[in-house]
Amino acid sequence: MNAVPIRRRLWRAFHRLGSPPYVYRLAGRLSPWLGVTSCVLLAVGAFWGLVLAPPDYLQGDSFRIIYIHVPSAYLSMGGYVLMAVAAAIGYIWRMKLAHGLAVCVAPLGAWFTALALVTGGIWGKPTWGTYWEWGDARLMFELLLLFLYIGYMVLRMSFDDREKADRVSALLAVVGVVNVPIIHYSVEWWTTLHQGPTLIREGGPSITMDMLIPLLIMLAGFSLFFGWLLCKRLQGEILRRESRTRWVRTLAAEAGA
Amino acid sequence: MNEILGMGGHGPYVWSAYGVTLVVMVYNAWAAYRHQANALARLQQAGAEQETRAKPTVRQIG
Repeated sequence: MNAVPIRRRLWRAFHRLGSPPYVYRLAGRLSPWLGVTSCVLLAVGAFWGLVLAPPDYLQGDSFRIIYIHVPSAYLSMGGYVLMAVAAAIGYIWRMKLAHGLAVCVAPLGAWFTALALVTGGIWGKPTWGTYWEWGDARLMFELLLLFLYIGYMVLRMSFDDREKADRVSALLAVVGVVNVPIIHYSVEWWTTLHQGPTLIREGGPSITMDMLIPLLIMLAGFSLFFGWLLCKRLQGEILRRESRTRWVRTLAAEAGA
Repeated sequence: MNEILGMGGHGPYVWSAYGVTLVVMVYNAWAAYRHQANALARLQQAGAEQETRAKPTVRQIG
């Protein structure tokens, strides 16, 4: 029998996540699976949402934008939480790999935030009669989220010393996380243009099954897509941060041969 | 087919939103792969330079 208790084994597994060569290989092994699965889910979900799902009784066919808008918005917020948690772990335990993860989330999160804003604007035109409304709380706080991502990246660029950039930018990431619950509850606290929540609300989702299933498929597809790109970016980031170590030099020499 | 493209008069909105999303996602996938490839290429370049520097020069041998 294996004498190692389960708790110690879990602890060891956790510690391995702090080891750059282990995470580099893990990301490399995961990424093709994430890539293929996400592309299949996205194709199935988009076809289901665009063709098979019935039109909305109120909004007609424009509601189909929900299948890209909601997953983008969800990733913009989920990505920020991931970035803030990683940055906090990096700050508290001085774990470079966690800072590296936060750095990789930032551009992806910023792109999905921009996507949420743009697809929301396009959806708003036929539904509200306008692309953009300065008075809507949800729109404003989502825009603030984009500025937080951009601020994080610009702040890092202003430091030559990577370690200093890690520590200062982590503070911004952690403080900014307050914005995420505000975005979520904004449609309940201030009733302006943006419609209420569809999925995470009291009494369960306010959407029929034939509209809900493609949305769940798209949410899974977007998440795995995000994970896929995060793995690739993390690999690049680890190579940059560990460029002086023996294992990275060996790896580069082997890849070049 | 026309029904799907037209989207009950909302075609331009639906298809432009999906089009933008597709472009952004493809760009991000390309950028993520380039990010890793660039890092690897830079390491190989640095490794090659170091190798040539490590070789003894004529003067050192003499």
